[in-house]
Amino acid sequence: MSPISIIAQGLSKDFNRSSVFKDISFSLSSPASLSITGRNGAGKSTLSKILAGLLSSTRGTIAYLIQGKQMGIEEFKHHIGFVSPYLNLYDEFTALENLQILSSIRTAARQNDERIKELLMLVGLWNRRDDVVGTYSSGMKQRLKYAFALLHNPAVLILDEPTSNLDTEGIDVITQIIQEQKKANILIIATNDKEEAHWCEQQIQIGVVQ
Amino acid sequence: MKFIASTLAVVSKDVRSELRTRYAMNALLMFVVTSVATILFALREDEVSTDVLSGMFWVVIFFTAMSGLSRIFVSEEERGTTMTLQLVASPSVVYFGKLIFNCGLTLALSSAVTILYVAVFPAFVIKSMAIFLLTIFLGSLGFAAAATIIAAIIAKANTKGTLYPVLSFPILIPLLMTVMKSTARALDGEMFTAALSEFQILASYVMIMIAGSYLLFDYVWKE
Repeated sequence: MSPISIIAQGLSKDFNRSSVFKDISFSLSSPASLSITGRNGAGKSTLSKILAGLLSSTRGTIAYLIQGKQMGIEEFKHHIGFVSPYLNLYDEFTALENLQILSSIRTAARQNDERIKELLMLVGLWNRRDDVVGTYSSGMKQRLKYAFALLHNPAVLILDEPTSNLDTEGIDVITQIIQEQKKANILIIATNDKEEAHWCEQQIQIGVVQ
Repeated sequence: MKFIASTLAVVSKDVRSELRTRYAMNALLMFVVTSVATILFALREDEVSTDVLSGMFWVVIFFTAMSGLSRIFVSEEERGTTMTLQLVASPSVVYFGKLIFNCGLTLALSSAVTILYVAVFPAFVIKSMAIFLLTIFLGSLGFAAAATIIAAIIAKANTKGTLYPVLSFPILIPLLMTVMKSTARALDGEMFTAALSEFQILASYVMIMIAGSYLLFDYVWKE
């Protein structure tokens, strides 16, 4: 994968008249990893959504570059995988259908069934692939979110509360995914957990400046 | 080509989802049946003019559309899948995918109302089929075009149910007035050329709504 960079400068986010965070700046160039920490309500999830292109920042800029060439977020989005407690898949579809449908929307091509099978086996859901997601436990849904996030081999993986709802076996799988991602790509983790924060080389702490 | 394929994939997703959950279809069907039945009981044996019949026809379609067309975005917000869709598709793919779905839904709704009206109202005789069919087609597209962007706007609001018809009505007035006039012409058996001005208005309405919605959708879709 070509070198990928994310350069954030002066990121600030306000909701109504309240400031969530101010002046967040960092620079990442693959391979790199960054943990975003802070107290509850500091804006970790908000920052992770902004980096994934799901929210706009109030002030500041984010530059997404591949081999030095800057891209818009709509184009760069296809290189981002995102996992979050706020992300949901479609309860009325099975795990297999979710991945096939979302893959066909993203790539406009026939879905890669081998890749889907590989990911469902990795996250331990292959035997439940034909069950509708509405019947899944919260831990199983979290595992499926990882399969969805990794479907297109993203160069940037953004994880908000990465081990949320996962059992020991699930955490082991996620640890494996994270180690693979860190080798050549960019990993960003938003977390309260000190152990998860130490999975990354760089760390930023955010909070409202009084 | 990729844009078209992705858009059709969004349409396919929504069709499959609707067939599984029946979020919109059940509500729409029940509304159509109860509305037509209510009108039938109210009118009984009374003879009404084509203008009144035409107005009642589109009133049923309008209120049925208000009860169902917003689901296309509201259901994504309620289920928390908006973010998922934002990750896999560009705003324009989402917009056109949802628009095409709503167009199909509105055309199906209009067809169902037409069949019911023809069946239960002896005075509802379509003497000019060409005018009627084109009116239904353009009217349905116009409804879908307006309803889709308004649904996207209100999807994040707290009072979605109230806000949707309140925002929709002023925007749909020109469309409603035109389709009612054109439908009356069809019921009166007028020449096709007599309705040309209405068709021009409807075609312009559809184009303006879709173009304006496409330009605005980016700002509506992304927070």
